[in-house]
Amino acid sequence: MNEVCLVRRIAARPAIVFEALVTAEGIGSWWGPDDFPALSAEADARVGGRFRVRFRTADGLEHECAGEFLEIEKPGRVVMSWRWVHGGMIEERGKVSRLEIRLRAIDTGTELTLVHSLLSSEHSARAHEGGWDGALKKLTRRFPAGPEFSTN
Amino acid sequence: MVNYREERLDRVFAALSDPTRRAVLSRLARERALSVTALAEPFEIKLPAVMKHLDVLAEVGLIRRAKTGRTVQVEMVAGSLKPAVLWLRRYERFWSASLDRLAAYAEAKERKADERGR
Repeated sequence: MNEVCLVRRIAARPAIVFEALVTAEGIGSWWGPDDFPALSAEADARVGGRFRVRFRTADGLEHECAGEFLEIEKPGRVVMSWRWVHGGMIEERGKVSRLEIRLRAIDTGTELTLVHSLLSSEHSARAHEGGWDGALKKLTRRFPAGPEFSTN
Repeated sequence: MVNYREERLDRVFAALSDPTRRAVLSRLARERALSVTALAEPFEIKLPAVMKHLDVLAEVGLIRRAKTGRTVQVEMVAGSLKPAVLWLRRYERFWSASLDRLAAYAEAKERKADERGR
């Protein structure tokens, strides 16, 4: 399964979380792993509209991601194409991946599911859900910790 | 070079998309080297089908086969899964940290909206 999938519960209603996904202010506030405000952010939230966000990581390096909104279903789902245009992970440079974020209302707010798929061969990813996670975790234990998010 | 690495990563993930091949790898990760017959034993499928799966794994460089006498021993190629594992780990960390920040941002907005609503 060539994708990363994360589920998060957020104590805010879906409409508020959705705004954070599709507005420049929103994207600029959270995109990037380290706790710095984005250096710049743009978002044109309509199908075919583009987004771009530039941020700095704790190592002082700057990174920029850009992409296009492919599907927008307010307030439940956003699909974007996604690539590094500056910095990022070198082996990924120039490669377009797909980011899908789904929101579901729950008692305490919102359950967010993020799926980042590396490849265009989504069918194979979808056909083989389950099973792979556990196998990978076992295999992962056999390897020493590698570099974290890094640029070289 | 970059293209080569990307293409290889694609192929490794494609090879890993099959449950039989994942089971083979998990076993090899535990038991180092096994004969083809021993590897095929737990599976319901016939030996030629297992051989085909082994071909796929060997083609992408995840396993290697060595003939010793009349038996073929299969083992994992050390480090061959590392690029795939690293990819998943890096993005897991990237998104996990970003989502923490997204949650903090949205929750602050929610509190503000709550206060205004009162």
